[in-house]
Amino acid sequence: MTAPTIPRGSHSPSQPTGHKGPGRRRGWLLHLGLLGGLILVVTPFVWMILGSFKTTAELRRVPPTWLPEQITLSNYQDLFERLDFGRYFFNSALVATAVTVGNLVFCSMLGYALAKLRFPGRRPLFLLVLTTLMVPGLVTFMPLFVLVANMGLVNTHAGLALPFVAQAFGVFLMRQFIIGIPDDLLDAARIDGAGEHYIFWRIVIPLTGPALATLAILMFLGSWNNFLWPLVVATTEDMYTLPVAIALFSTGQHETNLGLLMAGSAAALVPVLVVFVALQRFFTQGIAMTGIK
Amino acid sequence: MRPGRAREGLVGWSFALPFVVFFTVFMAGPILAALVTSFTDLRVTDIRSPFSVDIVGVDNYVAVLQDPIFHRAAVNTAIFVLVGIPLTMVLGLLTAVGLNSAIVKFRTLFRVGYYMPVVTSIAAVAVVWRMVLGAEIGLVNGILSVFGITGPGWLTSSSLALGSLIVMAAWRNMGFLMIIFLAGLQTIPRDLYEAAEVDGSSRWQQFRHVTLPLLRPTMLFAAVITGIGYLQFFEEPFVMTQGGPLNSTLSVAYHAYNQFSFGNYGYTAAASYVLFLAIALLTVFWFRLFRPQT
Repeated sequence: MTAPTIPRGSHSPSQPTGHKGPGRRRGWLLHLGLLGGLILVVTPFVWMILGSFKTTAELRRVPPTWLPEQITLSNYQDLFERLDFGRYFFNSALVATAVTVGNLVFCSMLGYALAKLRFPGRRPLFLLVLTTLMVPGLVTFMPLFVLVANMGLVNTHAGLALPFVAQAFGVFLMRQFIIGIPDDLLDAARIDGAGEHYIFWRIVIPLTGPALATLAILMFLGSWNNFLWPLVVATTEDMYTLPVAIALFSTGQHETNLGLLMAGSAAALVPVLVVFVALQRFFTQGIAMTGIK
Repeated sequence: MRPGRAREGLVGWSFALPFVVFFTVFMAGPILAALVTSFTDLRVTDIRSPFSVDIVGVDNYVAVLQDPIFHRAAVNTAIFVLVGIPLTMVLGLLTAVGLNSAIVKFRTLFRVGYYMPVVTSIAAVAVVWRMVLGAEIGLVNGILSVFGITGPGWLTSSSLALGSLIVMAAWRNMGFLMIIFLAGLQTIPRDLYEAAEVDGSSRWQQFRHVTLPLLRPTMLFAAVITGIGYLQFFEEPFVMTQGGPLNSTLSVAYHAYNQFSFGNYGYTAAASYVLFLAIALLTVFWFRLFRPQT
Protein backbone atom coordinates (compact mmCIF):
# COMPACT_ATOMS: atom_id res chain seq x y z
CA MET A 1 0.00 0.00 0.00
CA THR A 2 1.31 3.43 -0.86
CA ALA A 3 1.89 5.91 1.89
CA PRO A 4 0.13 9.25 1.59
CA THR A 5 2.38 11.80 0.01
CA ILE A 6 2.76 15.06 1.77
CA PRO A 7 2.71 17.74 -0.87
CA ARG A 8 5.84 19.67 -0.03
CA GLY A 9 5.29 23.38 -0.53
CA SER A 10 1.80 22.59 -1.69
CA HIS A 11 1.37 25.80 -3.66
CA SER A 12 1.32 25.03 -7.30
CA PRO A 13 0.92 28.27 -9.30
CA SER A 14 -2.64 27.28 -10.24
CA GLN A 15 -3.64 27.16 -6.59
CA PRO A 16 -4.12 30.70 -5.43
CA THR A 17 -4.36 29.93 -1.71
CA GLY A 18 -3.02 32.78 0.33
CA HIS A 19 -2.04 31.08 3.58
CA LYS A 20 0.75 28.62 3.83
CA GLY A 21 -0.20 26.71 7.00
CA PRO A 22 -3.87 25.86 6.33
CA GLY A 23 -3.10 25.03 2.68
CA ARG A 24 -0.60 22.39 3.67
CA ARG A 25 -2.90 20.93 6.30
CA ARG A 26 -5.70 20.81 3.75
CA GLY A 27 -3.48 18.89 1.36
CA TRP A 28 -2.68 16.41 4.11
CA LEU A 29 -6.32 15.87 5.03
CA LEU A 30 -7.36 15.57 1.40
CA HIS A 31 -4.81 12.87 0.67
CA LEU A 32 -5.62 11.09 3.90
CA GLY A 33 -9.33 11.08 3.05
CA LEU A 34 -8.79 9.92 -0.51
CA LEU A 35 -6.41 7.22 0.64
CA GLY A 36 -8.84 6.01 3.30
CA GLY A 37 -11.57 5.74 0.68
CA LEU A 38 -9.22 3.98 -1.71
CA ILE A 39 -8.28 1.40 0.94
CA LEU A 40 -11.95 0.69 1.63
CA VAL A 41 -12.65 0.32 -2.07
CA VAL A 42 -9.72 -1.90 -3.03
CA THR A 43 -9.48 -4.03 0.12
CA PRO A 44 -11.88 -6.67 -1.25
CA PHE A 45 -9.63 -6.98 -4.33
CA VAL A 46 -6.45 -7.23 -2.28
CA TRP A 47 -8.20 -9.83 -0.14
CA MET A 48 -9.16 -11.77 -3.27
CA ILE A 49 -5.69 -11.66 -4.82
CA LEU A 50 -3.98 -12.66 -1.56
CA GLY A 51 -6.57 -15.41 -1.14
CA SER A 52 -5.83 -16.83 -4.59
CA PHE A 53 -2.33 -17.73 -3.34
CA LYS A 54 -3.54 -19.49 -0.17
CA THR A 55 -4.20 -23.15 0.34
CA THR A 56 -7.79 -24.31 0.86
CA ALA A 57 -7.03 -25.20 4.46
CA GLU A 58 -5.77 -21.72 5.18
CA LEU A 59 -8.79 -20.11 3.48
CA ARG A 60 -11.10 -22.07 5.78
CA ARG A 61 -9.35 -21.01 8.96
CA VAL A 62 -11.10 -18.97 11.67
CA PRO A 63 -10.09 -16.20 12.23
CA PRO A 64 -8.96 -15.53 8.65
CA THR A 65 -5.31 -14.79 7.86
CA TRP A 66 -4.19 -11.74 5.90
CA LEU A 67 -0.98 -12.75 4.16
CA PRO A 68 -0.69 -16.28 2.78
CA GLU A 69 1.45 -18.32 5.19
CA GLN A 70 2.53 -20.60 2.44
CA ILE A 71 2.31 -19.16 -1.08
CA THR A 72 0.88 -21.66 -3.52
CA LEU A 73 0.31 -21.42 -7.27
CA SER A 74 -1.82 -24.54 -7.35
CA ASN A 75 -5.06 -22.55 -7.60
CA TYR A 76 -3.87 -21.03 -10.87
CA GLN A 77 -2.66 -24.40 -12.16
CA ASP A 78 -6.05 -25.90 -11.33
CA LEU A 79 -7.77 -23.22 -13.42
CA PHE A 80 -6.29 -24.79 -16.52
CA GLU A 81 -6.01 -28.39 -15.42
CA ARG A 82 -9.27 -28.97 -13.58
CA LEU A 83 -11.33 -26.34 -15.39
CA ASP A 84 -11.32 -25.37 -19.05
CA PHE A 85 -10.33 -21.79 -18.20
CA GLY A 86 -8.78 -21.09 -21.62
CA ARG A 87 -12.05 -21.99 -23.29
CA TYR A 88 -14.15 -19.62 -21.12
CA PHE A 89 -11.59 -16.91 -21.72
CA PHE A 90 -11.81 -17.47 -25.49
CA ASN A 91 -15.65 -17.38 -25.42
CA SER A 92 -15.68 -14.13 -23.44
CA ALA A 93 -13.09 -12.53 -25.74
CA LEU A 94 -14.82 -13.61 -28.96
CA VAL A 95 -18.25 -12.38 -27.87
CA ALA A 96 -16.88 -9.11 -26.48
CA THR A 97 -14.93 -8.44 -29.69
CA ALA A 98 -17.97 -9.09 -31.89
CA VAL A 99 -20.16 -6.82 -29.72
CA THR A 100 -17.53 -4.06 -29.73
CA VAL A 101 -16.91 -4.14 -33.50
CA GLY A 102 -20.64 -4.29 -34.25
CA ASN A 103 -21.40 -1.24 -32.13
CA LEU A 104 -18.43 0.76 -33.43
CA VAL A 105 -19.60 0.27 -37.04
CA PHE A 106 -23.38 0.43 -36.66
CA CYS A 107 -23.56 3.21 -34.05
CA SER A 108 -21.10 5.52 -35.79
CA MET A 109 -22.92 5.09 -39.12
CA LEU A 110 -26.33 5.89 -37.64
CA GLY A 111 -24.77 8.60 -35.46
CA TYR A 112 -23.42 10.28 -38.59
CA ALA A 113 -26.76 10.05 -40.39
CA LEU A 114 -28.62 11.50 -37.39
CA ALA A 115 -26.11 14.29 -36.90
CA LYS A 116 -25.34 15.38 -40.44
CA LEU A 117 -27.78 13.97 -43.00
CA ARG A 118 -31.40 14.79 -43.70
CA PHE A 119 -33.68 11.90 -44.36
CA PRO A 120 -37.37 11.21 -43.76
CA GLY A 121 -37.99 9.71 -40.32
CA ARG A 122 -34.80 11.06 -38.82
CA ARG A 123 -36.40 12.65 -35.73
CA PRO A 124 -38.77 9.81 -34.83
CA LEU A 125 -35.91 7.36 -35.24
CA PHE A 126 -33.69 9.31 -32.84
CA LEU A 127 -36.53 9.63 -30.30
CA LEU A 128 -37.29 5.91 -30.55
CA VAL A 129 -33.65 5.00 -29.95
CA LEU A 130 -33.42 7.38 -26.98
CA THR A 131 -36.63 6.08 -25.39
CA THR A 132 -35.38 2.51 -25.40
CA LEU A 133 -32.52 3.61 -23.11
CA MET A 134 -35.09 3.66 -20.29
CA VAL A 135 -36.57 0.25 -20.99
CA PRO A 136 -35.43 -2.26 -18.34
CA GLY A 137 -33.41 -5.17 -19.68
CA LEU A 138 -35.98 -7.46 -18.18
CA VAL A 139 -38.68 -6.29 -20.64
CA THR A 140 -36.79 -7.66 -23.63
CA PHE A 141 -35.26 -10.60 -21.82
CA MET A 142 -38.10 -13.06 -22.23
CA PRO A 143 -39.02 -12.22 -25.87
CA LEU A 144 -35.31 -12.22 -26.77
CA PHE A 145 -34.90 -15.65 -25.30
CA VAL A 146 -37.91 -16.98 -27.24
CA LEU A 147 -36.55 -15.34 -30.41
CA VAL A 148 -33.05 -16.73 -30.02
CA ALA A 149 -34.50 -20.16 -29.22
CA ASN A 150 -36.64 -20.10 -32.36
CA MET A 151 -33.64 -19.04 -34.46
CA GLY A 152 -31.82 -22.10 -33.14
CA LEU A 153 -29.10 -19.94 -31.61
CA VAL A 154 -29.25 -21.14 -28.01
CA ASN A 155 -25.80 -22.22 -26.87
CA THR A 156 -23.97 -20.58 -29.81
CA HIS A 157 -21.58 -17.64 -29.97
CA ALA A 158 -24.04 -15.86 -32.28
CA GLY A 159 -26.79 -16.25 -29.69
CA LEU A 160 -24.51 -14.74 -27.05
CA ALA A 161 -23.41 -11.75 -29.15
CA LEU A 162 -26.13 -10.79 -31.68
CA PRO A 163 -28.64 -9.23 -29.24
CA PHE A 164 -26.00 -6.70 -28.18
CA VAL A 165 -24.35 -5.61 -31.45
CA ALA A 166 -26.55 -2.53 -31.93
CA GLN A 167 -27.08 -0.59 -28.70
CA ALA A 168 -28.94 2.68 -28.28
CA PHE A 169 -26.36 4.22 -25.98
CA GLY A 170 -23.70 4.02 -28.70
CA VAL A 171 -25.87 5.92 -31.16
CA PHE A 172 -26.43 8.66 -28.59
CA LEU A 173 -22.71 8.94 -27.87
CA MET A 174 -21.64 9.01 -31.53
CA ARG A 175 -24.37 11.46 -32.58
CA GLN A 176 -23.44 13.89 -29.80
CA PHE A 177 -19.81 13.79 -30.84
CA ILE A 178 -20.30 13.99 -34.61
CA ILE A 179 -22.64 17.01 -34.25
CA GLY A 180 -19.57 18.92 -33.04
CA ILE A 181 -17.70 18.40 -36.33
CA PRO A 182 -17.99 21.62 -38.40
CA ASP A 183 -20.37 21.40 -41.37
CA ASP A 184 -17.99 23.51 -43.50
CA LEU A 185 -15.47 20.70 -43.45
CA LEU A 186 -18.01 18.24 -44.85
CA ASP A 187 -19.45 20.76 -47.35
CA ALA A 188 -16.00 21.47 -48.72
CA ALA A 189 -15.54 17.77 -49.42
CA ARG A 190 -19.01 17.59 -51.00
CA ILE A 191 -18.13 20.47 -53.37
CA ASP A 192 -15.04 18.53 -54.37
CA GLY A 193 -17.42 15.76 -55.42
CA ALA A 194 -16.87 13.35 -52.53
CA GLY A 195 -19.74 10.96 -51.80
CA GLU A 196 -21.24 10.61 -48.34
CA HIS A 197 -19.64 7.21 -47.76
CA TYR A 198 -16.23 8.59 -48.69
CA ILE A 199 -16.78 11.56 -46.36
CA PHE A 200 -17.87 9.26 -43.54
CA TRP A 201 -14.99 6.80 -43.73
CA ARG A 202 -12.20 9.24 -44.69
CA ILE A 203 -13.14 12.47 -42.88
CA VAL A 204 -15.61 11.80 -40.07
CA ILE A 205 -14.21 8.53 -38.69
CA PRO A 206 -10.62 9.80 -38.32
CA LEU A 207 -11.98 12.76 -36.31
CA THR A 208 -14.00 10.66 -33.86
CA GLY A 209 -11.10 8.81 -32.18
CA PRO A 210 -11.89 9.65 -28.52
CA ALA A 211 -15.59 8.87 -28.93
CA LEU A 212 -14.81 5.55 -30.62
CA ALA A 213 -12.35 4.71 -27.84
CA THR A 214 -14.96 5.47 -25.17
CA LEU A 215 -17.57 3.41 -26.96
CA ALA A 216 -15.09 0.56 -27.40
CA ILE A 217 -14.25 0.51 -23.67
CA LEU A 218 -17.87 0.62 -22.59
CA MET A 219 -19.00 -2.07 -25.02
CA PHE A 220 -16.07 -4.39 -24.38
CA LEU A 221 -16.39 -4.14 -20.59
CA GLY A 222 -20.16 -4.44 -20.76
CA SER A 223 -19.95 -7.61 -22.80
CA TRP A 224 -17.01 -9.08 -20.88
CA ASN A 225 -18.92 -8.72 -17.61
CA ASN A 226 -22.39 -9.49 -18.96
CA PHE A 227 -23.87 -12.07 -16.66
CA LEU A 228 -27.54 -12.94 -16.89
CA TRP A 229 -27.87 -13.41 -20.66
CA PRO A 230 -24.96 -15.84 -21.08
CA LEU A 231 -26.08 -17.61 -17.89
CA VAL A 232 -29.37 -18.46 -19.62
CA VAL A 233 -28.13 -18.90 -23.22
CA ALA A 234 -24.93 -20.88 -22.62
CA THR A 235 -26.19 -24.30 -21.65
CA THR A 236 -23.08 -26.47 -21.95
CA GLU A 237 -19.70 -25.94 -20.41
CA ASP A 238 -17.89 -25.33 -23.71
CA MET A 239 -20.02 -22.19 -24.29
CA TYR A 240 -19.61 -20.66 -20.81
CA THR A 241 -18.18 -17.17 -20.59
CA LEU A 242 -15.95 -16.28 -17.64
CA PRO A 243 -18.65 -14.76 -15.38
CA VAL A 244 -20.94 -17.74 -16.00
CA ALA A 245 -18.17 -20.20 -15.18
CA ILE A 246 -17.26 -18.31 -12.00
CA ALA A 247 -20.88 -18.03 -10.86
CA LEU A 248 -21.73 -21.65 -11.55
CA PHE A 249 -18.59 -23.04 -9.97
CA SER A 250 -19.14 -20.91 -6.88
CA THR A 251 -22.52 -22.49 -6.25
CA GLY A 252 -22.05 -25.95 -7.71
CA GLN A 253 -19.77 -28.86 -7.06
CA HIS A 254 -16.70 -26.67 -6.63
CA GLU A 255 -18.26 -24.75 -3.77
CA THR A 256 -15.64 -25.74 -1.27
CA ASN A 257 -12.75 -24.70 -3.49
CA LEU A 258 -12.49 -21.02 -2.54
CA GLY A 259 -8.92 -20.70 -3.76
CA LEU A 260 -9.88 -21.81 -7.26
CA LEU A 261 -12.71 -19.27 -7.32
CA MET A 262 -10.49 -16.44 -6.17
CA ALA A 263 -7.84 -17.31 -8.72
CA GLY A 264 -10.47 -17.41 -11.49
CA SER A 265 -11.95 -14.08 -10.40
CA ALA A 266 -8.51 -12.47 -10.24
CA ALA A 267 -7.53 -13.79 -13.67
CA ALA A 268 -10.80 -12.57 -15.20
CA LEU A 269 -10.00 -9.09 -13.93
CA VAL A 270 -6.66 -8.78 -15.74
CA PRO A 271 -7.91 -7.99 -19.28
CA VAL A 272 -10.43 -5.37 -18.15
CA LEU A 273 -7.86 -3.65 -15.98
CA VAL A 274 -5.39 -3.56 -18.86
CA VAL A 275 -8.01 -2.11 -21.21
CA PHE A 276 -9.12 0.44 -18.63
CA VAL A 277 -5.68 1.60 -17.52
CA ALA A 278 -4.56 1.95 -21.13
CA LEU A 279 -7.59 3.95 -22.24
CA GLN A 280 -8.79 5.69 -19.07
CA ARG A 281 -7.70 9.13 -20.23
CA PHE A 282 -10.14 9.03 -23.15
CA PHE A 283 -12.83 7.93 -20.83
CA THR A 284 -13.42 11.15 -18.90
CA GLN A 285 -13.18 13.04 -22.21
CA GLY A 286 -15.68 10.74 -23.85
CA ILE A 287 -18.16 10.94 -20.97
CA ALA A 288 -17.86 14.72 -20.98
CA MET A 289 -18.73 14.62 -24.68
CA THR A 290 -22.07 12.88 -24.27
CA GLY A 291 -23.46 16.31 -23.58
CA ILE A 292 -23.78 16.31 -19.81
CA LYS A 293 -22.89 19.96 -19.56
CA MET B 1 -39.93 15.96 -53.63
CA ARG B 2 -36.93 17.19 -55.54
CA PRO B 3 -34.65 14.46 -56.85
CA GLY B 4 -31.79 15.82 -54.72
CA ARG B 5 -33.78 15.36 -51.52
CA ALA B 6 -34.92 11.88 -52.48
CA ARG B 7 -31.30 10.94 -53.06
CA GLU B 8 -30.28 12.44 -49.75
CA GLY B 9 -33.02 10.45 -48.06
CA LEU B 10 -31.71 7.26 -49.63
CA VAL B 11 -28.15 8.02 -48.57
CA GLY B 12 -29.33 8.77 -45.03
CA TRP B 13 -31.18 5.49 -44.75
CA SER B 14 -28.24 3.57 -46.21
CA PHE B 15 -26.28 4.73 -43.14
CA ALA B 16 -29.15 4.02 -40.77
CA LEU B 17 -30.17 0.64 -42.13
CA PRO B 18 -27.55 -1.71 -40.60
CA PHE B 19 -28.27 -0.44 -37.08
CA VAL B 20 -32.01 -0.29 -37.64
CA VAL B 21 -32.19 -3.91 -38.82
CA PHE B 22 -30.42 -5.31 -35.74
CA PHE B 23 -32.17 -2.86 -33.45
CA THR B 24 -35.60 -3.80 -34.77
CA VAL B 25 -35.01 -7.54 -34.49
CA PHE B 26 -33.28 -7.57 -31.09
CA MET B 27 -34.63 -4.49 -29.28
CA ALA B 28 -37.73 -2.79 -30.70
CA GLY B 29 -39.36 -6.09 -31.71
CA PRO B 30 -38.90 -7.73 -28.30
CA ILE B 31 -40.17 -4.58 -26.54
CA LEU B 32 -43.39 -4.75 -28.58
CA ALA B 33 -43.64 -8.51 -28.16
CA ALA B 34 -43.39 -8.09 -24.39
CA LEU B 35 -46.15 -5.48 -24.44
CA VAL B 36 -48.44 -7.81 -26.40
CA THR B 37 -47.52 -10.73 -24.14
CA SER B 38 -48.44 -8.75 -21.03
CA PHE B 39 -52.08 -8.85 -22.19
CA THR B 40 -52.10 -12.60 -22.83
CA ASP B 41 -51.89 -15.76 -20.77
CA LEU B 42 -48.73 -16.93 -22.56
CA ARG B 43 -46.81 -19.64 -20.75
CA VAL B 44 -43.65 -21.49 -21.64
CA THR B 45 -45.72 -24.46 -22.83
CA ASP B 46 -47.47 -22.27 -25.45
CA ILE B 47 -44.32 -21.21 -27.31
CA ARG B 48 -44.71 -23.85 -30.03
CA SER B 49 -48.44 -23.29 -30.52
CA PRO B 50 -49.05 -19.56 -30.27
CA PHE B 51 -52.69 -19.84 -31.39
CA SER B 52 -53.78 -21.46 -28.16
CA VAL B 53 -52.86 -18.26 -26.33
CA ASP B 54 -55.77 -16.11 -25.14
CA ILE B 55 -55.99 -12.41 -24.68
CA VAL B 56 -56.76 -11.74 -21.05
CA GLY B 57 -56.82 -7.95 -21.02
CA VAL B 58 -55.31 -6.40 -17.92
CA ASP B 59 -55.56 -9.58 -15.82
CA ASN B 60 -51.78 -9.90 -15.58
CA TYR B 61 -51.41 -6.34 -14.36
CA VAL B 62 -54.15 -6.93 -11.77
CA ALA B 63 -52.38 -10.12 -10.69
CA VAL B 64 -49.07 -8.29 -10.35
CA LEU B 65 -50.52 -5.42 -8.33
CA GLN B 66 -52.41 -7.78 -6.00
CA ASP B 67 -49.51 -10.16 -5.43
CA PRO B 68 -48.21 -9.84 -1.84
CA ILE B 69 -44.76 -11.01 -2.97
CA PHE B 70 -44.73 -8.21 -5.53
CA HIS B 71 -45.61 -5.76 -2.74
CA ARG B 72 -42.71 -7.01 -0.68
CA ALA B 73 -40.39 -6.74 -3.68
CA ALA B 74 -41.63 -3.21 -4.43
CA VAL B 75 -40.93 -2.08 -0.86
CA ASN B 76 -37.43 -3.61 -0.97
CA THR B 77 -36.71 -1.95 -4.32
CA ALA B 78 -38.01 1.40 -3.03
CA ILE B 79 -35.75 1.21 0.05
CA PHE B 80 -32.80 0.26 -2.15
CA VAL B 81 -33.45 3.21 -4.47
CA LEU B 82 -34.21 5.79 -1.76
CA VAL B 83 -31.12 4.98 0.30
CA GLY B 84 -28.82 3.76 -2.45
CA ILE B 85 -29.06 6.65 -4.91
CA PRO B 86 -28.26 9.48 -2.45
CA LEU B 87 -25.52 7.38 -0.83
CA THR B 88 -23.84 6.52 -4.13
CA MET B 89 -24.16 10.06 -5.47
CA VAL B 90 -22.69 11.65 -2.34
CA LEU B 91 -19.75 9.20 -2.34
CA GLY B 92 -19.13 9.75 -6.06
CA LEU B 93 -19.33 13.52 -5.72
CA LEU B 94 -17.04 13.63 -2.66
CA THR B 95 -14.41 11.54 -4.42
CA ALA B 96 -14.63 13.60 -7.60
CA VAL B 97 -14.32 16.93 -5.78
CA GLY B 98 -11.33 15.57 -3.85
CA LEU B 99 -9.62 14.23 -6.96
CA ASN B 100 -10.35 17.41 -8.90
CA SER B 101 -8.33 19.50 -6.47
CA ALA B 102 -5.18 20.84 -8.09
CA ILE B 103 -2.90 19.60 -5.32
CA VAL B 104 -3.75 15.90 -5.54
CA LYS B 105 -0.89 13.55 -6.44
CA PHE B 106 -1.19 10.06 -7.88
CA ARG B 107 -4.40 10.98 -9.68
CA THR B 108 -4.30 7.96 -12.01
CA LEU B 109 -3.77 5.55 -9.13
CA PHE B 110 -6.81 6.91 -7.30
CA ARG B 111 -8.91 6.98 -10.43
CA VAL B 112 -8.12 3.40 -11.39
CA GLY B 113 -8.51 2.19 -7.80
CA TYR B 114 -11.92 3.77 -7.32
CA TYR B 115 -13.02 2.54 -10.74
CA MET B 116 -11.98 -1.08 -10.25
CA PRO B 117 -15.32 -2.28 -8.81
CA VAL B 118 -17.14 -0.85 -11.85
CA VAL B 119 -15.13 -2.95 -14.31
CA THR B 120 -15.39 -6.16 -12.31
CA SER B 121 -17.92 -8.79 -13.24
CA ILE B 122 -20.71 -9.30 -10.70
CA ALA B 123 -19.72 -12.97 -10.53
CA ALA B 124 -16.24 -12.07 -9.28
CA VAL B 125 -17.65 -9.35 -7.01
CA ALA B 126 -19.93 -11.95 -5.44
CA VAL B 127 -17.04 -14.31 -4.74
CA VAL B 128 -15.12 -11.57 -2.98
CA TRP B 129 -18.01 -10.05 -1.06
CA ARG B 130 -19.16 -13.41 0.20
CA MET B 131 -15.68 -13.73 1.68
CA VAL B 132 -15.83 -10.20 3.08
CA LEU B 133 -19.29 -10.53 4.64
CA GLY B 134 -19.22 -14.22 5.55
CA ALA B 135 -20.42 -14.92 9.10
CA GLU B 136 -17.55 -17.18 10.14
CA ILE B 137 -14.56 -16.76 7.85
CA GLY B 138 -15.46 -13.26 6.64
CA LEU B 139 -13.08 -10.30 6.65
CA VAL B 140 -15.41 -7.88 8.44
CA ASN B 141 -16.22 -10.27 11.25
CA GLY B 142 -12.56 -11.31 11.37
CA ILE B 143 -11.63 -7.68 12.06
CA LEU B 144 -14.46 -7.35 14.61
CA SER B 145 -13.30 -10.47 16.43
CA VAL B 146 -9.94 -8.79 17.06
CA PHE B 147 -11.88 -6.35 19.25
CA GLY B 148 -13.76 -9.20 20.89
CA ILE B 149 -17.00 -8.57 19.02
CA THR B 150 -18.92 -11.44 17.47
CA GLY B 151 -20.16 -10.03 14.16
CA PRO B 152 -23.61 -10.90 12.84
CA GLY B 153 -24.40 -12.81 9.64
CA TRP B 154 -24.45 -9.82 7.31
CA LEU B 155 -26.19 -11.74 4.54
CA THR B 156 -28.15 -14.27 6.59
CA SER B 157 -30.06 -11.87 8.85
CA SER B 158 -33.32 -10.65 7.33
CA SER B 159 -32.88 -7.24 8.96
CA LEU B 160 -29.28 -6.70 7.75
CA ALA B 161 -29.13 -8.32 4.31
CA LEU B 162 -30.73 -5.47 2.33
CA GLY B 163 -28.48 -2.93 4.04
CA SER B 164 -25.41 -5.02 3.19
CA LEU B 165 -26.47 -5.13 -0.46
CA ILE B 166 -27.01 -1.34 -0.51
CA VAL B 167 -23.46 -0.80 0.75
CA MET B 168 -22.19 -3.28 -1.82
CA ALA B 169 -24.05 -1.52 -4.65
CA ALA B 170 -22.71 1.87 -3.55
CA TRP B 171 -19.20 0.41 -3.51
CA ARG B 172 -19.75 -1.02 -6.98
CA ASN B 173 -21.19 2.11 -8.61
CA MET B 174 -19.55 5.12 -6.96
CA GLY B 175 -16.56 4.93 -9.33
CA PHE B 176 -18.78 5.46 -12.35
CA LEU B 177 -20.42 8.52 -10.79
CA MET B 178 -16.95 9.77 -9.82
CA ILE B 179 -15.94 9.75 -13.50
CA ILE B 180 -19.15 11.54 -14.49
CA PHE B 181 -18.73 14.19 -11.79
CA LEU B 182 -15.06 14.64 -12.71
CA ALA B 183 -16.10 15.31 -16.29
CA GLY B 184 -18.72 17.77 -15.05
CA LEU B 185 -16.30 19.55 -12.70
CA GLN B 186 -13.87 20.10 -15.54
CA THR B 187 -16.46 22.16 -17.41
CA ILE B 188 -16.60 24.72 -14.55
CA PRO B 189 -14.30 27.63 -15.44
CA ARG B 190 -11.44 28.14 -12.95
CA ASP B 191 -11.84 31.92 -12.92
CA LEU B 192 -15.22 31.55 -11.18
CA TYR B 193 -13.38 30.15 -8.17
CA GLU B 194 -10.73 32.83 -8.39
CA ALA B 195 -13.44 35.50 -8.40
CA ALA B 196 -15.09 33.89 -5.37
CA GLU B 197 -11.72 33.77 -3.64
CA VAL B 198 -11.21 37.47 -4.26
CA ASP B 199 -14.62 38.09 -2.70
CA GLY B 200 -13.32 36.28 0.38
CA SER B 201 -15.68 33.32 0.30
CA SER B 202 -14.67 30.16 2.12
CA ARG B 203 -14.10 26.75 0.57
CA TRP B 204 -17.52 25.62 1.74
CA GLN B 205 -19.20 28.73 0.34
CA GLN B 206 -17.46 28.16 -3.00
CA PHE B 207 -18.68 24.57 -3.07
CA ARG B 208 -22.18 25.62 -2.07
CA HIS B 209 -22.58 28.61 -4.41
CA VAL B 210 -20.31 27.83 -7.38
CA THR B 211 -19.77 24.09 -7.65
CA LEU B 212 -23.21 22.77 -6.73
CA PRO B 213 -25.32 25.10 -8.93
CA LEU B 214 -23.05 24.63 -11.94
CA LEU B 215 -23.08 20.88 -11.43
CA ARG B 216 -26.87 20.59 -11.68
CA PRO B 217 -26.87 19.25 -15.28
CA THR B 218 -24.26 16.66 -14.33
CA MET B 219 -26.26 15.69 -11.24
CA LEU B 220 -29.32 15.24 -13.44
CA PHE B 221 -27.39 12.94 -15.77
CA ALA B 222 -25.95 10.98 -12.83
CA ALA B 223 -29.33 10.68 -11.10
CA VAL B 224 -31.08 9.52 -14.27
CA ILE B 225 -28.45 6.89 -15.06
CA THR B 226 -28.30 5.65 -11.46
CA GLY B 227 -32.08 5.65 -11.15
CA ILE B 228 -32.49 3.55 -14.30
CA GLY B 229 -29.90 1.10 -13.00
CA TYR B 230 -31.01 0.94 -9.37
CA LEU B 231 -34.70 0.40 -10.09
CA GLN B 232 -33.59 -2.71 -11.96
CA PHE B 233 -31.78 -3.91 -8.82
CA PHE B 234 -31.21 -7.59 -9.55
CA GLU B 235 -27.64 -8.84 -9.81
CA GLU B 236 -26.59 -8.27 -6.18
CA PRO B 237 -29.41 -10.29 -4.59
CA PHE B 238 -29.24 -12.86 -7.41
CA VAL B 239 -25.62 -13.74 -6.69
CA MET B 240 -25.47 -12.97 -2.96
CA THR B 241 -28.72 -13.91 -1.25
CA GLN B 242 -31.07 -15.41 -3.89
CA GLY B 243 -33.61 -12.86 -2.65
CA GLY B 244 -33.56 -14.22 0.90
CA PRO B 245 -33.62 -14.54 3.78
CA LEU B 246 -37.43 -14.57 3.85
CA ASN B 247 -37.69 -12.42 0.68
CA SER B 248 -35.95 -9.56 2.50
CA THR B 249 -33.76 -8.84 -0.55
CA LEU B 250 -36.20 -9.82 -3.29
CA SER B 251 -36.45 -6.99 -5.83
CA VAL B 252 -39.11 -6.32 -8.45
CA ALA B 253 -36.77 -7.33 -11.27
CA TYR B 254 -35.78 -10.49 -9.39
CA HIS B 255 -39.41 -11.39 -8.74
CA ALA B 256 -40.23 -10.92 -12.43
CA TYR B 257 -37.21 -13.02 -13.38
CA ASN B 258 -38.40 -15.80 -11.06
CA GLN B 259 -41.79 -15.78 -12.76
CA PHE B 260 -39.95 -16.03 -16.11
CA SER B 261 -38.11 -19.11 -14.95
CA PHE B 262 -41.40 -20.61 -13.74
CA GLY B 263 -42.69 -20.07 -17.30
CA ASN B 264 -45.29 -17.39 -16.45
CA TYR B 265 -44.41 -15.18 -19.41
CA GLY B 266 -47.55 -13.03 -19.29
CA TYR B 267 -46.97 -12.16 -15.64
CA THR B 268 -43.25 -11.47 -16.29
CA ALA B 269 -44.08 -9.10 -19.14
CA ALA B 270 -46.67 -7.21 -17.07
CA ALA B 271 -44.32 -6.91 -14.08
CA SER B 272 -41.48 -5.63 -16.27
CA TYR B 273 -43.77 -3.01 -17.83
CA VAL B 274 -44.77 -1.86 -14.33
CA LEU B 275 -41.05 -1.49 -13.65
CA PHE B 276 -40.63 0.45 -16.91
CA LEU B 277 -43.38 2.82 -15.78
CA ALA B 278 -41.62 3.35 -12.44
CA ILE B 279 -38.34 4.12 -14.25
CA ALA B 280 -40.06 6.63 -16.52
CA LEU B 281 -41.75 8.32 -13.52
CA LEU B 282 -38.49 8.51 -11.58
CA THR B 283 -36.75 10.00 -14.63
CA VAL B 284 -39.46 12.67 -14.94
CA PHE B 285 -39.03 13.38 -11.22
CA TRP B 286 -35.27 13.93 -11.67
CA PHE B 287 -35.88 16.32 -14.55
CA ARG B 288 -38.23 18.32 -12.28
CA LEU B 289 -35.85 18.25 -9.32
CA PHE B 290 -32.80 19.34 -11.28
CA ARG B 291 -34.65 21.81 -13.51
CA PRO B 292 -32.33 24.70 -14.40
CA GLN B 293 -32.79 27.44 -11.83
CA THR B 294 -34.00 30.74 -13.17
